[in-house]
Amino acid sequence: MSIVVEMRGIGKSFPGIRAIDNIKLQIKHGEIHVLLGENGAGKSTLMNILYGLYQPDEGEILIKEKEVKITNPNVAISMGIGMVHQHFMLVPPFTVTENIVLGSEPKKGLTLDIDSAIKEVEAISKKYELHVDPRALVQDISVGMQQRVEILKTLYRGAEILILDEPTAVLTPQEIEELGVILKSLVSQGKSIILITHKLKEVMSMSDRVTIIRRGKVIDTLDTKSTNIEELAEKMVGRKVNLYQEKSLPNIGDTVLQVKGLRVLDHRKLEHVKGVDFEIRSGEILGVAGVDGNGQSELIMAITGLTKVASGAVLLNGKDITGKIPKEVINSGVGHIPEDRHKRGLVLDFSLAENSILGSHHSKKFKAGTGLNYRKIRDYAKRLISEFDVRTPSEKVSAKSLSGGNQQKLIVARELDRDPSLLIAAQPTRGLDVGAIEFVHKRLLEQRDHGKALLLVSLELDEILELSDRIAVMYDGKIVGVLDAKDATEKRLGIMMAGGDSKASDADIQ
Amino acid sequence: MENRKSELIEEIKKNAKEISYPLIAIIISFIAGGFLIYAFGKSPMVAYKSLIQGSLGDWNKFGETLVVVTPLILTGLSVAFAYKCGLFNIGAEGQFIIGSISAVWAGWAFNGLPPVLHVFLTLAVGAAAGGIWAGIVGWLKAKVGSHEVINSIMMNYIALNVSNYLTMTFLNEEAKAFTHEIAQSAKLWRFAEAFAQFKYSRLNIGIFIALAAALIAYYILNKTVRGYEIRAVGYNPHASEYGGISIAKNIVLTMVISGMFSGLAGAIQIAGVQYRANNLFGFTGYGFDGISVALVGNNHPIGIVLSGLLFGILQKGGSNMQLNGIPKEVVGIIQGIIILFVAANFVRIVFDKIKENRHLKQKTIREGK
Ligand SMILES: Nc1ncnc2c1ncn2[C@@H]1O[C@H](COP(=O)(O)OP(=O)(O)OP(=O)(O)O)[C@@H](O)[C@H]1O
Ligand SMILES: [Mg+2]
Repeated sequence: MSIVVEMRGIGKSFPGIRAIDNIKLQIKHGEIHVLLGENGAGKSTLMNILYGLYQPDEGEILIKEKEVKITNPNVAISMGIGMVHQHFMLVPPFTVTENIVLGSEPKKGLTLDIDSAIKEVEAISKKYELHVDPRALVQDISVGMQQRVEILKTLYRGAEILILDEPTAVLTPQEIEELGVILKSLVSQGKSIILITHKLKEVMSMSDRVTIIRRGKVIDTLDTKSTNIEELAEKMVGRKVNLYQEKSLPNIGDTVLQVKGLRVLDHRKLEHVKGVDFEIRSGEILGVAGVDGNGQSELIMAITGLTKVASGAVLLNGKDITGKIPKEVINSGVGHIPEDRHKRGLVLDFSLAENSILGSHHSKKFKAGTGLNYRKIRDYAKRLISEFDVRTPSEKVSAKSLSGGNQQKLIVARELDRDPSLLIAAQPTRGLDVGAIEFVHKRLLEQRDHGKALLLVSLELDEILELSDRIAVMYDGKIVGVLDAKDATEKRLGIMMAGGDSKASDADIQ
Repeated sequence: MENRKSELIEEIKKNAKEISYPLIAIIISFIAGGFLIYAFGKSPMVAYKSLIQGSLGDWNKFGETLVVVTPLILTGLSVAFAYKCGLFNIGAEGQFIIGSISAVWAGWAFNGLPPVLHVFLTLAVGAAAGGIWAGIVGWLKAKVGSHEVINSIMMNYIALNVSNYLTMTFLNEEAKAFTHEIAQSAKLWRFAEAFAQFKYSRLNIGIFIALAAALIAYYILNKTVRGYEIRAVGYNPHASEYGGISIAKNIVLTMVISGMFSGLAGAIQIAGVQYRANNLFGFTGYGFDGISVALVGNNHPIGIVLSGLLFGILQKGGSNMQLNGIPKEVVGIIQGIIILFVAANFVRIVFDKIKENRHLKQKTIREGK
């Protein structure tokens, strides 16, 4: 098999950090090659170099055995390299086709030839089994579909080598499976794929080879067939990793959160949460399982005051907090790891120090006279950074410059350190490496053992099963059943998540 | 101690970097302007010399330049402050006008107050009026979501007409197209009273008030909880909301503070320079120039002081150039070039390219060896 991409001795530094150090990478024609590495290992940076977004400080790149200089993404595209980023770059009010042709619009005279564009998009979509509707508006389609649009966009521009940066982080298990099929169909028709992911199961099922990167250096390149999850985890983190946490028996106390008959409407008066009742007691973790878009996000927003409650009640430690503004909810003892870190969790242009006090910026401990005491804020941030192993040159850099996983670690650190009596964790480990997941899971269990109440919302069934004491399944805006963790299995949850009856499914399983 | 010192140095460095790009853009603009003047068949040397002489040539000219600089700094701060919260306050002009006319009223109606108190009251009334004027726009944005740009443009026209109405009726000096003069006790102290060098200039302590305002704006934005919230809302309203920050409250407050800077500019113009308001045929331009000043000053309080100075020099010196046979429009063109360069972030783009090329070159040199 021929080598389509070769990177030799690549190095790249950012102020205060050697992000990439003497990296060697070979991609064979027609393979799916996974880049695996801790948060901040340098995977995205390396791929941004290949795509021409960054210039390497040293080293050379060969495409189809010819040395090239990739000075910007247009050069990369002309060489047949396409990239789908960790965070999408689509224009929501445009149609799928308009997004795809943006920047390389087919012209008929002076006007845009949209009909031929639609035809071409349809043809590519069919060829690789993408099932994308070229006329739909991007804002109306699911995240999984949007990702396919991004893939289509690269194919439309003639990509032979596709780079996918953490494509599965935002997908549901069903969508991940479908993506697997698409990738197989792409390589079977002669494309080569570089895939970044933290999910070891996916590495095993989707890839042909794996390259492991740690702190900017290549540790090893392995054939997927000849390795296993434990080995990969160890190579990546540099120590043995407990993929599953030991959990003590819960020590359950008083009711902390009580939700009664909660209903939530959106601005179009569509009902997203349709009368939900549950409670969480101190010392327990209630997991909420469900396919994305079944009202989980709206439920959390209603509890935290980020959206209006149509009817029903939310009580925290017996106190009514229904319809309170976010500030009051925070002050009454609620911590919240939001599902979308770029939208809600961080002010990307703020420094890490400034981000570390978001939500507790009114606290007396950060004040000095009429102003904020920035020295104390920085010291506080430094402590969080070292306690939670956030990889960054300093607390003064902007949150923007951190790798995705390290941004997440900072948010987790901030919310746990507030020591809330109720912690809402939505997708708390999205984008984290296995080492960091181990760490965050440990800290969440620690909170539980210290008598906190936790509401865990996750699309990862593994995570739900591993951490929860009880599991509520949400379907179509309602809680369709609550299981004790010991009675829950992946299969049973799966049936309930699809709207099946929990009782009937019992019989099915037995 | 050591710690604090290094911290200070770092802060200065950071701020210097932020205003260095516009500075370079300005130098380039002057060079480009020089070529232009040459193309008109005039000597750039003569032109720039008369520009400097007209604005900084002697103490009186310098004083008069600072008289123009004072309101420019304040309206520049006004626009920049709103910008930090993600708002475009194009209504600085109206806030300036409403601040002026209110100051005329306060300076005239409270005749008999002790001087210091009266001056203070006059400025406070002007600032408050500007604050309320802008606050209405903020409130409309926060409550009904109507866009601040459109509303503040409309408020500009309302301000102009309200001011003219008051000038010709309630505050009118009989049979004149201007208002009563404010009381002696409401007038700002002029340099001419103590320094003979400034005898023929209207320079007053308003310039120090403007400088103090720049420091206050810097302090509020960068060192207080309020500033933290304002900037957070400007950068990312969703995350702010999540962090318990009220977007509506900060929008209104920001507009009020922003309007106060413009209103104060108008009040100083009355209490320190004009002593009365005229029936206006059109906008004064101070508010609109504030937008350019803020842009060139990179929305940074210190940058705004410098760019306010620059615009003041261009305005004052420009008239002098005309006396020397160089069309005044040249100044307008130079201003235009500066704004274009700054707005397009031209210098930064060029610098990044140069840096990149240097990297590539070093690499080829290394490889060549
Ligand atoms: N634009 C930048 N400015 C400064 N530092 C940067 C920049 N981009 C990345 N870095 C740093 O380079 C290192 C590598 O980051 P990179 O984003 O490549 O990590 P990653 O392997 O993709 O991690 P993750 O799995 O968390 O996404 C990190 O330490 C990061 O802080
Ligand atoms: Mg990354």
